[in-house]
Amino acid sequence: MSPENSTTKKPTRRSIKVDYLARVEGEGAMDIKIRGEKVEDVKLKIFEPPRFFEAFLRGRRFEEAPDITARICGICPVAYQMSSCHAIEQALGVTVDGQLRALRRLLYCGEWIESHVLHIYMLHAPDFLGYPDAVTLAKDYPDVVKKALLLKKIGNELVTLLGGREIHPINVKVGGFYRVPDKAELKAFLPRLEEALPIAQETVAFAGGLPFPDFEPEYEFVSLRHPDEYPFNEGRIVSSKGIDIPTSEFFDHFQEKHVEHSTSLHGLIRERGSYLVGPLARYSLNFDKLTPTAQQAAKDAGLAETCSNPFKSIVVRSVETLWAIEEAIKIIESYERSTESSVPCPPRAGVGHGCTEAPRGILYHQYEIDEHGFIKNAIIVPPTSQNQKRIEEDLFEFVSENIGLSDESLQWKCEQAIRNYDPCISCSCHFLKMKIERHD
Amino acid sequence: MPFARPTKPKLAVWKFASCDGCQLSLLDCEDELLAVCEHITIANFPEASRARVDGPYDLSLVEGSITTPHDAERIHRIRRASKYLVSIGACATGGGIQALRNFQDVQEFVSVVYARPEYIQTLAKSTPIADHVYVDFELRGCPISKPQLLELVNSFLNKRPPNLPNRNVCAECKLRGNTCVMVAEGKPCLGPVTQGGCDAICPSFRRGCYGCFGPGEAPNIAALSARMSEHLGVDTSDLVRVYRTYNSAADPFRKESERHES
Repeated sequence: MSPENSTTKKPTRRSIKVDYLARVEGEGAMDIKIRGEKVEDVKLKIFEPPRFFEAFLRGRRFEEAPDITARICGICPVAYQMSSCHAIEQALGVTVDGQLRALRRLLYCGEWIESHVLHIYMLHAPDFLGYPDAVTLAKDYPDVVKKALLLKKIGNELVTLLGGREIHPINVKVGGFYRVPDKAELKAFLPRLEEALPIAQETVAFAGGLPFPDFEPEYEFVSLRHPDEYPFNEGRIVSSKGIDIPTSEFFDHFQEKHVEHSTSLHGLIRERGSYLVGPLARYSLNFDKLTPTAQQAAKDAGLAETCSNPFKSIVVRSVETLWAIEEAIKIIESYERSTESSVPCPPRAGVGHGCTEAPRGILYHQYEIDEHGFIKNAIIVPPTSQNQKRIEEDLFEFVSENIGLSDESLQWKCEQAIRNYDPCISCSCHFLKMKIERHD
Repeated sequence: MPFARPTKPKLAVWKFASCDGCQLSLLDCEDELLAVCEHITIANFPEASRARVDGPYDLSLVEGSITTPHDAERIHRIRRASKYLVSIGACATGGGIQALRNFQDVQEFVSVVYARPEYIQTLAKSTPIADHVYVDFELRGCPISKPQLLELVNSFLNKRPPNLPNRNVCAECKLRGNTCVMVAEGKPCLGPVTQGGCDAICPSFRRGCYGCFGPGEAPNIAALSARMSEHLGVDTSDLVRVYRTYNSAADPFRKESERHES
């Protein structure tokens, strides 16, 4: 229980140590080694105790996968439920469309709203404004924080309406839902979304007005792309350097590497190396699929049609929040209750792939199922493990460009640079210890 | 200083092996969060704040289960620094989903997930907090219920015992006026043996309870298993899995699952 942040100085060697990075989900550590004016090494260490989901999924029935994999992450359980359902449905040769598909998108809207707003105001904005947390921020900006909490609450209410509760919803199943809502139940929620809309507009303006460092690394963006929609549940995996593949070919182009300093596997593009998933990638590869209101709000907030400044991910999240609210309204307005709450899913042997857009980026699942419906193999690739290598590279470049900053300032900026990614460490794996070592 | 203003109690939130969902429940109390913070100092809550205050802590909320040698040490340090310690959620109170390793060879699990098993340090079993240190109170659930969390914090601040009824899911289902999914629709349901607190969400969505709040008080699990296998077509191997989900390290569920293991 010693203070986790301390600064020690020695004549020939400076070392800044942060044992535990705050306002991220999960726990990790970071080591930055600086000698003179050069960054020697950056390691994002992840010690989240491994929980072995892929191992104990073997021998479970396919129907259990959405509930079990939701427990990988309390912040984005819907993403896990969606990717697992899609992968298993593909293995079973089942297609879920029409109103059931629309309801899945609606549920995902709820998760994007609550997750993005949590990150924008409670995890990320305090860095830009120089506060330790949102509660302290609320003392000087009471109206901003109160509205933020209301917006977040509306997202959670939407998840609860469809899913039964905000964390680990209970209503999602392979093939659809246990119970589908009446038209009237959903219509009754429209006023809440209409209340949310202007707050989301204000959020884009608020985020756009924050101070951003000049920092634009060369990224290879990777996201889903769908012919008609801003991506959620379905689409091809595309990249800014020409990848354009069905989800089933994921491992032909992407690989996972196990490194000593992490219980999370590093995601890499074969041949080229690191890549970036999440809001910046989604936005830059799918700007044309946003609603005109969201596009205009983005432009008014100073964003171009692509965005390579990771600090501006807060603006992109706010644009996506606005979009998700509009999308939710659109889905509810055209909703007709389907007669069946789910599509029948008889067991058969097969392999299926599912990739959906979690708030933090693409989440890939693969399952092999036997003829009786038992899972033989499961592979899960979460967004944060895919971004892990890229986070290290951002830090390397950011520290190199800002080596003149004081230790204290550099430390906070590095924490902020990690929080740009809204890392979800439980997903990928525990301790964000941060250490900057300087050797003169 | 005889008339010094009393300082606010200090709250600390600690994480072990978990999904972060239970501590997130505190941030999900959107209507109450700022009011709660007027009466309590968030002294250690890394997910929410960069600021830290040293212990001792008046109220510690502990999320997650113990799965590594390091964590088995760390929980003792946290207990020593905490006046009142509450374990929150199925991982902290029932081992969590990661306790599924307890029934198998964890080293084999490591080799399935990781290419370089030698980098991974883990214990053979995932265990609840109360297996390691004295726990003052437990909040059940995967995840915990927000109203129950608020009642716990409220009762702590007002120096009274938490008013959290110890009834099972069946009782809550009746209070909601649900038709029984087991009797009327023949769906297997753990409501009769599971502690309430969720307000019977699953039966309200026409699915059977899957036991995420863990075993209720003195549950007659054998009778429920017999009912499920004789009348609802659940076979013995399915019964093993039915009790092995989010609270499989909780004794009543563990023992019942082992009884059906061939």
